[in-house]
Amino acid sequence: MDPATGHDAVADVAVENGRIVAIGPDLDATGFEVFDATGMIVAPGFIDMHVHLREPGFEHSETIETGGRAAAAGGFTSVCCMPNTNPVNDSAVVTTYIIERARRLSPVSVFPIGAITKGSLGEELASIGAMKQAGIVAISDDGRPVMNARVMRRAMESAKAFGLPVINHCEDLNLSAGGDMHEGFESVRMGLRGIPACSEDVMVARDILLAEVTGAKYHVAHISARHSVEMVRYAKARGLNVTTEVCPHHFTLADSDILPFDSNYKMKPPLRSCFDVEAVTEGLASGAIEVIATDHAPHPGSEKMQEFERCPFGITGLETAIGLSLEQLVHKGRVSLMRMIEMFTVNPDRILTLGKGRLTVGGEADITIFDTDRKWTFDLNKSQSKSRNTPFHGREFLGGQVASIVAGKIVWQLG
Amino acid sequence: MGTGLLGIEGLDRSEIEAYLNRAKTFQSHGGSDFKKLDTLRGKMLVNLFFENSTRTRTSFEIAAKRLGADTISIASSGSSVSKGESLVDTLNTLAAMRPHAIVMRHAASGAPHFLARYLDTPIINAGDGMHEHPTQALLDALTILDHKPALEGLRVAIIGDIIHSRVARSNVHLLSKFGAQTVLCGPAPMLPQDMGKLAAGVILTNDIREAIDGADVIMMLRVQLERQHETPFPPGDYFRFYGLRPEHLALTRPDTIVMHPGPINRGREISSEVADSQRSVILNQVENGVAVRMAVLEKVMGA
Repeated sequence: MDPATGHDAVADVAVENGRIVAIGPDLDATGFEVFDATGMIVAPGFIDMHVHLREPGFEHSETIETGGRAAAAGGFTSVCCMPNTNPVNDSAVVTTYIIERARRLSPVSVFPIGAITKGSLGEELASIGAMKQAGIVAISDDGRPVMNARVMRRAMESAKAFGLPVINHCEDLNLSAGGDMHEGFESVRMGLRGIPACSEDVMVARDILLAEVTGAKYHVAHISARHSVEMVRYAKARGLNVTTEVCPHHFTLADSDILPFDSNYKMKPPLRSCFDVEAVTEGLASGAIEVIATDHAPHPGSEKMQEFERCPFGITGLETAIGLSLEQLVHKGRVSLMRMIEMFTVNPDRILTLGKGRLTVGGEADITIFDTDRKWTFDLNKSQSKSRNTPFHGREFLGGQVASIVAGKIVWQLG
Repeated sequence: MGTGLLGIEGLDRSEIEAYLNRAKTFQSHGGSDFKKLDTLRGKMLVNLFFENSTRTRTSFEIAAKRLGADTISIASSGSSVSKGESLVDTLNTLAAMRPHAIVMRHAASGAPHFLARYLDTPIINAGDGMHEHPTQALLDALTILDHKPALEGLRVAIIGDIIHSRVARSNVHLLSKFGAQTVLCGPAPMLPQDMGKLAAGVILTNDIREAIDGADVIMMLRVQLERQHETPFPPGDYFRFYGLRPEHLALTRPDTIVMHPGPINRGREISSEVADSQRSVILNQVENGVAVRMAVLEKVMGA
């Protein structure tokens, strides 16, 4: 299945020297190594446009190598890594370091996202042009939203000139200050400080207005609140170049699903109300949201085994993304299988221009193979990630990744 | 998980009644003719206070000693906590010394709940952040029952910094389970609308006169400056709008009682005249704290 062409048929895919050489029924397999994908879905290699690989600086949480392996084991062939490393990826030197490390150590393609501002401090613009030349595919101060509207405007102007999208983690830090979970009945009940949905909404609103002023390509990271979805819909209706992504946990879990005070349920944006869960699901179904991204955010157990309010935000997500998407979207009839694949392939590529996400004869052979009806259980102890912070340990899935092929090479397959 | 006491929310009415009935039998043990019991002889209780407390810690210690238990009290300053040890490691270390229960107070909501998932030693929550303070709600109920025939049908006004108050949350849960009506009152930024959904029979108001109208019980709360990251209400205006004064008592029935979990701030949330008036049962609350904690310790550490 290839959403870019609408191709949906039983077929063989022939790969030679890392490229697809033929797609069609009953190809002659003589001389080829055969991967039997009978009854499975063969799709363009999946892209996760929002991950944290933690390298350089936080190698105790994850590395480019382990994060790359987790991506492959999750059915992904390309990932885009956020710049909140140490040092922050705000210069061509760090960008080059990441690309070089990935070339040697990661089984999947790694595309760095550069910082918007120096040190992601939100004040002075980073070397956006130099990073672009070094290989970044977007700019973002993910985790540290650009609070100053003037800085954001300048960033959008620069990004537009360099042909890069601006990705923002939308959170007004004054409204969310001190918060640990979604503000609502559950936060009141547990006596935890709230992160109100409006802290996301006001920044989405601001950025959409700035995107109109600047004409920039603008992408809302990990959208979670219903009014934010409405505003993205509004921006699209006005013809603005505004896109957004949602994380599997945000269309799967609500704040009422949190195991009390278990930090594996703590992330930003937080798990929101059931109304927000429905709104992002509806957004995926209607087209207001076009990308599924994991926000894979590894943290070691020592940091997550603490009082809830002291734990860092974030959960891992690479290895459960396909399972959760099938479970919540496809099996429930909210989104067709073709559309689900689109949100993992050609849609992120349209935003980032990676030259990926399509099955084309002559094109690079990045392929994701998955099934839709096999029962399996996610076992954290078999995770390829260096970290163990996820609420989905022990969850049973119907269908999931079977193999990941990068440039014609099987980098992971179900063992 | 050891069966300690983490909160009121998860208890049913009969469990609460059992604690209260047992506590009533201990109320008479406060006199000068009191003789130490040996119910918990040979048992060890660790009091672990990560947040300062005078009354609660002392109250647990006295309760344990009256039942014949040995107690060790640890305050966070001067302990390994201040040397950077994690909460899990501290508790594992203490649990390895095999106490029969750990009483714990912590500034983080849910800290005892989080630990209870990993420890076999029963944990008694002596206040966790803004979440729950179960023994306070039990002693408040016992105090109300000293002055009223039953909790059912009562109108209880809780006034002050509601959002930051574990006392308010535990009391709302307890009173609701017994069919009492709770009126929560405070400045708007300290009174989130979702508080009204916490349990059945909860009403919200920002007007102190409306809150005390027809009240059988008035509970005043301290403004918890240590938990506020901002100044949500002008401190200079607080007493004028939310401080309980004699003029307010004049609007209530003669049998309306005034409570406060302490420590009280005279001239801030309560005037001295009210705190020291015949209506005030603040010291009865302190006294009942020991009886209630004896009942809790006996249940958790006994047998």
